[in-house]
Amino acid sequence: MVVACTTLSMAVGVFGVSFGVGSVAAGASIAQTCALSLLVFTGASQFSAVSVIGAGGSFGSALGGALLLAARNGVYGLAMSRRIEGRLATRLLAAQLTIDETTAMSAGQSDPRAQRIAFWFTGVTLYVFWNLGTLLGAVAGSAIDPTTYGLDAAFPAGFVAMVWPLLSDRRARRAAFLGGLICLIAIPLTAVGVPILLSALAVLVGLQKPVSPPSERTT
Amino acid sequence: MTWTLVLVLFAGAYAFKVTGLVLLGGRSLPPVVDQCLVLIPAAVVTALVVKDTFSQGQDLVLDARAAGIAVATLAAWRRAPLIVVIVLGAAVTALVRQIG
Repeated sequence: MVVACTTLSMAVGVFGVSFGVGSVAAGASIAQTCALSLLVFTGASQFSAVSVIGAGGSFGSALGGALLLAARNGVYGLAMSRRIEGRLATRLLAAQLTIDETTAMSAGQSDPRAQRIAFWFTGVTLYVFWNLGTLLGAVAGSAIDPTTYGLDAAFPAGFVAMVWPLLSDRRARRAAFLGGLICLIAIPLTAVGVPILLSALAVLVGLQKPVSPPSERTT
Repeated sequence: MTWTLVLVLFAGAYAFKVTGLVLLGGRSLPPVVDQCLVLIPAAVVTALVVKDTFSQGQDLVLDARAAGIAVATLAAWRRAPLIVVIVLGAAVTALVRQIG
């Protein structure tokens, strides 16, 4: 997990560099660029906000687009609330690290302790790499194009491996299938950011009465 | 970019992240709600795979990433370690892009 997590963090670092470059190119100062990564710490929202502003968009449209992308972290918070225990201060800190990668990495672990460790380790490593990458990009002003090395595919590839162990459960399989399907249908029909939110509706399969006895039948 | 926007974005993004964690954290919920919450990662992470593989903004696309993720899925199915799955997915995508 440590090796895989560090690899993923390096990919995140490269994206951080490209965010730093893009943000400064779009007119943000170096300090603002670094503040975005330190404070907002949600890659997709940050990219969206600076590109809207860079293209001459209004405050409102930059904010709306970015928050729509950030909303899915609320769904992750609901999921992580079952796993992160401890004092309020711990949870307030955990909240800042509640993003795609930490939720997925944690979900891929089997026991509660490993889930917590995966969450914190991934969160802290990503936070460090994302911010170092941002600073480097903002100051140095040139980036490797992440698509050259297929780094953009590193994320969905990692997510596949993380979700895989969950799929041994029949309900989780249904939720996964339905979530993927909802997303696919919603992509061309709704604004960027909305498909992932809608996919969370797939958890309603949890309302079904269990059909199979606990001794899981294989389908 | 203005500092106001930076701070409002921070407040908004953090508000989303913290709400679920703090409102539900440590509380016991009706079993049926728990049963739904526990399915969030399966549903949403699968959706992330779909989005990151087949979309470019609002367009559905089929490109090099699909090949990379197909190989990554095969590797995950064969229970390859996470690192192998990630590297294979990225490498195959890069390779197909080079050829394409």
